[in-house]
Amino acid sequence: MLENLSVGTLDNASLTVAGGQVVCLSGPSGSGKSRLLRAVADLEPHGGRVSLGDAVQLDVPAHQWRSRVVMVPADSQWWFDEVGGHFPDDAASRLPSALGFPPEVMGWSVNRLSSGERQRLALWRALVLEPEALLLDEPTANLDNDSTEAIESWLLEEIRRRRIAVLWVAHDPGQIHRVADTHYRIRGTTLERVHGSD
Amino acid sequence: MEVIDLAWWKLGLAALLILALAGTGYLARLGITQSLLIAALRTVIQLALIGLVLEALFASSAFYWIALLALVMLLVAGREVVARQGRRLQGWWAFGIGTGAMFVSSFTVTVLALTVVIGPEPWYAPQYAIPLLGMMLGNTMTGISLALDRLNESVWRQRAVIENRLMLGQTCRQALEDIRKDAMRSGMMPSINAMAAAGIVSLPGMMTGQILAGSPPAVAVKYQILVMLIITVGTGFGAVMAVSWGGRRLFDERERLRLDRLGNS
Repeated sequence: MLENLSVGTLDNASLTVAGGQVVCLSGPSGSGKSRLLRAVADLEPHGGRVSLGDAVQLDVPAHQWRSRVVMVPADSQWWFDEVGGHFPDDAASRLPSALGFPPEVMGWSVNRLSSGERQRLALWRALVLEPEALLLDEPTANLDNDSTEAIESWLLEEIRRRRIAVLWVAHDPGQIHRVADTHYRIRGTTLERVHGSD
Repeated sequence: MEVIDLAWWKLGLAALLILALAGTGYLARLGITQSLLIAALRTVIQLALIGLVLEALFASSAFYWIALLALVMLLVAGREVVARQGRRLQGWWAFGIGTGAMFVSSFTVTVLALTVVIGPEPWYAPQYAIPLLGMMLGNTMTGISLALDRLNESVWRQRAVIENRLMLGQTCRQALEDIRKDAMRSGMMPSINAMAAAGIVSLPGMMTGQILAGSPPAVAVKYQILVMLIITVGTGFGAVMAVSWGGRRLFDERERLRLDRLGNS
């Protein structure tokens, strides 16, 4: 999926994610994890080649690429007053129970949501687009331990079922252990595979 | 009706009032004295000079002199549009977009008004062309600089929102939709407000001037209506162009938001 990608201080990063697999990325803060995700979503100028199956990033119109390779940032943004404005009309009926929201959530005002609720809705907002690849930037950063594990297992189930390729930036070694099929770490300017992560 | 000419020393009385205001500002430490005096001085000098230029122009009325004056007016207005933006596109883009939008909108509308509506002989007769163009440029300048300033400022502040919208597969047009509406509204508001208040709250300056100079009010009113309508049209189309060109320039060919293209003043 990534070949010789370079962005910011990161140089020549290469890795492959298969459909339905989760690759975790870790590294000290400021090492360029988020920038790597942004480069894959083509939000930043970068070198190297990114592809999804047969499609090469730069050959696909940018917005189409981003609707197939959807990124969920660490702090999600909401620009309409109501939650429902950010979702397609039929989203309420497909709302997964694992998220813990009643269907009326679509009528709620965004200001009332806690940061954890926003985070969970942001994940669902990305998944309704039926992406082929997901780029998650610390998706459980605002959640407490119980809901973190509930969200992880819901995400993993969706990822496996829809065969989504996932790049997941994580800090917590416990989480990496639970969700990662493969684990890469950024050290200095290089991306290296962490062994013992099968 | 005889027009009462103003003697220069009578203008001096008005200038004394400005001095009184400046003195008050200075004593009360309001921090307006310097800019007030400079602006007042500029008004006197600039208007006196343009008076001389217009006298000469009316005497010769050669097309190329009129075109030259129009060009100078456009370039100065373009510079002013750049100066009024807090954050602006780097390089020549800020000047180019503002000036280009002003040129297309105000020149087209002015020429249209001259040839089709007013119809002087020749169509570029300076007595009609220059004041009309001046009013068009002055107003489109305000509208375009307000619109571009709002566009750049909102994009700068709402970077995270725009990028999040891009991440969800929206095109750069969709991601900028709300901001574009906002920028258009702030560019058009002065013209719309002026039209709404015209005649009731305020007597527009041009009409007042014409009446003072001896025109029958009925004629002055018709010219004022014409001017307000074409000013709004020019401002509106100018702002549409400036916002759409400026919005395009904030993204690159891969629809990435490029805030590095915005510099601070």
